[in-house]
Formats: sequence, structure tokens, C-alpha cells
Amino acid sequence: MYLYDEIDQSLVDERVVQFRDQVSRRMSGELSEDEFKPLRLMNGVYLQLHAYMLRVAIPYGTLSSEQMRKLAWIAKKYDRGYGHFTTRQNLQYNWPKLEDLPDILAELASVQMHALQTSGNCIRNVTADQYAGVAEDEVADPRVYAEIIRQWSTLHPEFSFLPRKFKIAVTGAQNDRAAAKVHDIGLIVKRNLAGELGFEVIVGGGLGRTPFVGPTICEFLPEQHLLSYLEAVLRVYNMLGRRDNMYKARIKIQVHETGAAEFTRLVEAEWGQIRDSAVDLPAGEKERIASHFVPPRYEISADAEDVLARLKREDAGFARWVDTNVFAHKAEGHAIANISLKPIGGVPGDATSEQMEAVAALADRFSFSEIRVTHEQNLVLPHVRKDNLYALWQTLKSYDLDTPNLGRVSDMIACPGMDYCSLANARSIPVAQAISERFADLDRQHDIGELKLKISGCINACGHHHAGHIGILGVDRKGEEYYQITLGGSGAEDASIGEIVGPAFAYDAVVDAVETLVDKYLAIRADGERFLDTYRRVGKDPFKEALYGAA
Amino acid sequence: MTQQVISANRLSDGLVVYLVSDDSWSEWISRSEIATDEAAADGLLARAKLAEENRIVVDPYLVQVAEYDGEFRPTKYREFIRATGPSVRPDLSKQNFVRAAKG
Repeated sequence: MYLYDEIDQSLVDERVVQFRDQVSRRMSGELSEDEFKPLRLMNGVYLQLHAYMLRVAIPYGTLSSEQMRKLAWIAKKYDRGYGHFTTRQNLQYNWPKLEDLPDILAELASVQMHALQTSGNCIRNVTADQYAGVAEDEVADPRVYAEIIRQWSTLHPEFSFLPRKFKIAVTGAQNDRAAAKVHDIGLIVKRNLAGELGFEVIVGGGLGRTPFVGPTICEFLPEQHLLSYLEAVLRVYNMLGRRDNMYKARIKIQVHETGAAEFTRLVEAEWGQIRDSAVDLPAGEKERIASHFVPPRYEISADAEDVLARLKREDAGFARWVDTNVFAHKAEGHAIANISLKPIGGVPGDATSEQMEAVAALADRFSFSEIRVTHEQNLVLPHVRKDNLYALWQTLKSYDLDTPNLGRVSDMIACPGMDYCSLANARSIPVAQAISERFADLDRQHDIGELKLKISGCINACGHHHAGHIGILGVDRKGEEYYQITLGGSGAEDASIGEIVGPAFAYDAVVDAVETLVDKYLAIRADGERFLDTYRRVGKDPFKEALYGAA
Repeated sequence: MTQQVISANRLSDGLVVYLVSDDSWSEWISRSEIATDEAAADGLLARAKLAEENRIVVDPYLVQVAEYDGEFRPTKYREFIRATGPSVRPDLSKQNFVRAAKG
């Protein structure tokens, strides 16, 4: 993992001191709320429906066990004993007191963490494939580039007041687990025919009220030009982005209105001015950063495969968890273990202090003290020896962290919705819980297969509903919660935006509607088809008819 | 007739609070002073603005309430959730939480 140098550490330490002073000036009346609000937001402090909310950055979703323990401790000492992992691989506390926040930020800084750029019109916390560095289908480790981008974008003076927020995702794998095509910038690490590393650069994707799959504006950007090219994109956006209308201010609108070809031309022209300047990394710097991400020293156990196979035969529950939640690792004898934060009927993405501590302890025992957070609101232990999986699973069971539902219908993304969020028009979590309970039978979930269901409580789409195979959007109809269903979305390498299937459903009808859609899929699917594949083959009409009757 | 109370978030801890007739702020909507006409509502808002200037609360505003089974509750569901806590965490609902904190 990347470790802070003196510059990183002094930057976060100084910010704590500065924020402590700002809070004290707010409490004494020297600062009004209007003056204070932008300052607290620059430190990830929102005022939400019930209380303040602190959004802690987890750069590219990578955490050490020590950091996880600190997050657990903060939840226990300063909050109400839990935290919420988000679709941006961050953690949110729902109940911190303003007067405690300087201390909380100091606690975070003591483990090389902060809440910088988790709000505001700046480059937000960069996200990445949660299997970075361990995935079998990976060309190169995206964390190295994500860390380079983190350092470049942190307090970047030119990009601290963009027209709107800006989100960058990086993946180094064929299977896109980072939703690169629905970000402001998505980077996919590739090799050219000469074997050199570079990036496919996708710009202007996004969800929200105007969703787009982003176009590729550069098929292969040599890796040494990463920062100058990003800088060129950001400059074009910063110059021409719509500051007059916040609903049109994201780069996706600019790319769409300008056209991808013209936008690309503008970027290339700007890049021509700076491509051989000091913006790009000096020689040796990439290697220095990459040295933080060298693989751990894996111990090979000669009979790991045999032990795993035997235990799977002996314990069907374990076998199911392995088959569903465990993924192939590039190192022999090792595996990637996903920890579902979606127990049946639970709150998607929530973890208690005890669960966080348990995961930290398991990371120490089995995963070189490393943990990942996924944009689908789960956790990952990236380096588990195969013959340790059984012991890992047994401990997970005792903390209700063993649900074998990865990628299944109950592994939903759900935003906090109107239970917590000031922006929401409807609740998301109770809908997720009810769907999860309806499909509680795991045999049925496994028969259904991969199904990405995503729920947002408002048009801002934090719950990625546009990218759901089934998407659910909560809307307000004269004070009543209604839910609009979209079908056929995907945030993966086959990205697409879901289509609205028909009129919205009332709160108490939405679970039945989802079940009707699933049953229709089961009735008409061809061999080996996922829900999404069937939808793409047959289109909307059969599903529409199942929901609303023949036209 | 429209009945309204004043809600805000307390500056120091951010929690949802309601204006009480003695100008204190309570986490319990049941203790709110209720305005039954616009003049009274304006009066409540003026007192709340003073509390905002005095850094007790942030962003006070009027919330419409109505009587249900002898209790005054917000007419909008969002305000109902603010008054009682997240609907998905009954263990953290305002009543439970305050009771637990008092031991």
C-alpha cells in the first residue's frame, strides 16, 4: 500500500489544524453559516437530514487493517457504532457532532486518512477496480496510476473550483469492475502492440439526471503522458463547462453538446501546448510510487487446492460461499475473498464497528493486512491463501458477513435515500430490504444468476440505477413515494443506460414488480443467459407486458 | 387551518430540533410550540432567526403539522423521518436513542 511521505502527512495535519480553527470560529460567531459551509464541505462535512455527515476518502478503495480499525473506533467513539460504505468506495458517518469533527479528522490523519475532496466542485476521490493488483484479467495494477492521480489532483489550484464535481475511475482489467464508462473520466490500462503501457481514455460518461456512457476520446495514451493529458481535458472543461446552470455543468453535457470529435480536437490542441512540459511525472517517479504496490510475499502451500476441494465437499454452505464470493487470484494457491455487506434484509453498505474490527483482524490473519472497498458497497480481502478460506468463512459467519450473494439479486447497490439524505425524494433502503427478503432463498438467487439491481432515492443517481440490469428510481408524487423501473443498464465493460419500462409503482407494489420481472426472465431465458442478456435479446416489450398487461 | 412548528439543526451536534415556547430547542417534536395562523408562524420564525444569529441552530424553517390520534405529526413524510429518525433503524429512533443515552 502507498504510505504517506512527509509532504502528504504535513498536508493532512495542517488541514486538521486549519479546520479546528474554522470550527472554533464558527462556534464563536466569527464565521456565519454561509461563510462556514464551503469550508466544512472542503473537509467532507455535510449537514444532512438528521445530523452532520462526514464522508471519509478511501483512495481507490484500499485500506489497511490499521485504517479499518481506526474507522471502527471512530464509529464507536464519535458516532453511533456504524458506518456506511458508498458507491465511491468511501465511508460515511451519519451522526458526528460538529464539535467532535476536528478530533475525528485528527484521528484519521494519524492513520494517513482524510476527508479532502469528498465534496465540492473539485476532482473527487479517485476510484479503481477493487481487485487491483490481484486480478487474473489485469494488464497492470491501476492503483499506481490512481495514486499518481491522487497526488496530482490533491489541492490542485487550477482544478479546485471546476464548473461541477469531477470523478475519475481507473481499471487495469478486461472486465470493468470500476464502472469506467460512466465516470467523468474513465481510464482503462492497456498494452499496445509494442507491449507498452497506456490508457484508453473515456470522457463524459455519467449517471445523474442526464446519464451517458462516455465516448472514448483516445484509444491509446502512452502512460508517461497521463497527467498532461488529464490536465488538458480538465482545462477544456474548466474553460468551457457550463457554470451558468448546475444541471448542465458536468463534463458529460459539454462533451455531448460539443460532440466527441470536436471535444477531442480541443483536448488535443490544449495537450499540444503542455504535453512535453513539466506536468508529466519526472523519470523514476512512477517507479517510486509503484514500489509501494509490489505484491506481498505469497507463501505457497503445496496442498492448498486439495484442502479447499475437500472442505468444499464436506460443507455445502462453504462451497456455496466460495463459488459465489471468491474470485481467481493471479498468484498460485491464493484467492480474492469478497465480504458481502448485503445480508438478507440488511442495509446495503452498512457495517458496525464490530464488523469493521472483525474484518481488520481477518485481514491481519489472512490477507497481509489489506482490505478493499468496492463501488458495489462490499469489502474484499485481496490475498487469501486457499487453505485459509474455510477459517476465514467461519469467522465471517459469526459476524453476519458470510452472505453468499455476490452479483446476485440481493447484492444491491442502494443509496441512503430519504432515511438519511436531504436530497432524496423517496426511501431506498427499505425497498432494498424488502427485495432482499423476497428473494431470501439463496437457491432461487443462484438459479436467477447474475442480476445487478440498483436503487436511487432521487434523480442524482447515487445508487447507479441507470446502470442496473434492473434500476429503481424513487420519485415523489404529491407526497407519496413512487418508484420508476428501468431495465437493461450496465456499468461494466458492456455499459449501457437502462430504459424506463413504464409507469412508476407505489412503494408497496415495487417488490412485486421486481419479482414479476425476474419471473418473466426465468420463463424466457435461453441457456446461459443472464437477465441482462435476455433483456438485450428480447427487448422491453415482454417485460412491459408482464408488468402492465398487453397494450 | 394550517398548523406549523419550527425545526432546525442544532449547530453544535447537527441534530434535528424544534422550537419550544420558552425559546429553548427540543429534540422532541411533541414539545414544539404550534403556530395556528400566519402571524404566529412569522413570530416563531423571527424568534428562530434570532437563535440562528446566536448560533444555537442552523437553517430554521416552518414545518407543517397535523393532528393524528391526538399527536401532532409532520404532514410530509420527509419531516416525519426527521422527527423520528431513519425508518430503517428503529433501534436508533429518536425515542430509543434518547432513552438509551440517559441509561
